[in-house]
Amino acid sequence: MNSIELRDLVYRNLMRIAPECDPSELLPGENIREALDIDSFGFLQVLIGIGEETGIEIPETDYAEVFTMAGMLDYLARRQG
Amino acid sequence: MAEFRMPSLGADMEEGTLVEWLAKPGERVERGTLLAAVETQKGLFEIESFEDGILGPSLVQPGQTVPVGTVLAMIQMEGAAIVSSGAPPPTEQPPVGAARPATPTTRRIAASPAARKRAAELDVDLAGIQGSGPDGAIQLSDVERSARPAPGEAGAHPAPAPSGASREGMRQAIAAAMSRANREIPHYYLETDIDLSRALRWLEGENLKRPIRERILPAALLLKAVAKALGEVPELNGYWLNDRLHVSPAIHIGFAISLRDGGLITPAIHNVDQLSLQELMKAMGDLIERTRANRLRGSEMTDATLTVTNLGDLGVKTVFGVIYPPQVALVGFGRVTERPWAENGMLGVRRCVIATLAADHRASDGHRGGQFLAALDRFLQTPDKL
Repeated sequence: MNSIELRDLVYRNLMRIAPECDPSELLPGENIREALDIDSFGFLQVLIGIGEETGIEIPETDYAEVFTMAGMLDYLARRQG
Repeated sequence: MAEFRMPSLGADMEEGTLVEWLAKPGERVERGTLLAAVETQKGLFEIESFEDGILGPSLVQPGQTVPVGTVLAMIQMEGAAIVSSGAPPPTEQPPVGAARPATPTTRRIAASPAARKRAAELDVDLAGIQGSGPDGAIQLSDVERSARPAPGEAGAHPAPAPSGASREGMRQAIAAAMSRANREIPHYYLETDIDLSRALRWLEGENLKRPIRERILPAALLLKAVAKALGEVPELNGYWLNDRLHVSPAIHIGFAISLRDGGLITPAIHNVDQLSLQELMKAMGDLIERTRANRLRGSEMTDATLTVTNLGDLGVKTVFGVIYPPQVALVGFGRVTERPWAENGMLGVRRCVIATLAADHRASDGHRGGQFLAALDRFLQTPDKL
């Protein structure tokens, strides 16, 4: 998947949990959960969705790397490569 | 014969609208069969039967709004004796004239249930719609016509979960319950620091072994520990009714869920003390999904014996709760943070949470409340036994 496809996939999964939000307004360095008001349950659902589409399961020990949009995309690109 | 009544889905509910019959007259129903969908200020709920038998003719039609306790239908039972049924309201109905927050009387707009539901989904105000039905009643087609057409929008955004209740209605329902709590319940508050390092480390180890779908969140650990601690201090688990405490043998924990479009709902997870962490996690997920989809059952709204609120996700340190009447206690958890922690003469960094208890002083005393928090702490130090 190229970076645009990855980004759209993450947006799609965020919107499933926070339907009234527009993830494209997220700044690259902004904390996703805080900005979109997603609780730990919702965030796990987002990660499950991403895992199902990409086959990449993000372990809890890597959560610190995926708190921002930039971190998330970077992480997914690295793991898929 | 048993009576299937409009249940009270909380201390704040006075009336409900029958939206739809989910079972037909003449149908054989069992305890737990979904009989009807009811709309209240807090949303749309499915009401279950409390009896086995044959459902009689409908005494209330879809669209009718009736007071709590109104018989909706009879249930013919085998070996029929007359037994009162329907969801037994765990809430005491205050005597007429008792101080209750006055709800502003608004003229009810004539509209079909389908129109109401659609209007709520589309966030359209019924007051601004010209009805074309009998006596000017608003019909589904009127609502659809008045909603802004959004060509090309469909599919671009997933539809937000339909909200059966208006935001204002929910606000009023919360206002009524919380006003009653602060007027009638002499609250006392206790707080304690709990070192969660051991529990979280254990959980991280567990989660590493599990596929992502089976991962357990710290909230499940907290709920389970609360249930176990309630086993030791049962007087925090139950209701204050008719000037005395009714301890509940079952532990049904109301789990506060904030709705994305505002408001709060606290459906119950049943028998938390008997669920494994995995089952509890599944129950919480199921409840959150159904809360979003407006598919909660009536009993889940009525039978919580204690409420837990976990505002930690918002970053707050301490939760000072207001008890949801007629319950007698509320347990709050703040955010888990790393903090300096002195133990055995050594200073270390630990992941801690502040647990608070708001309890009804009519039902328990601070000493017992303190014992509850101590038990909660103790259970969280042996997470593998939860």
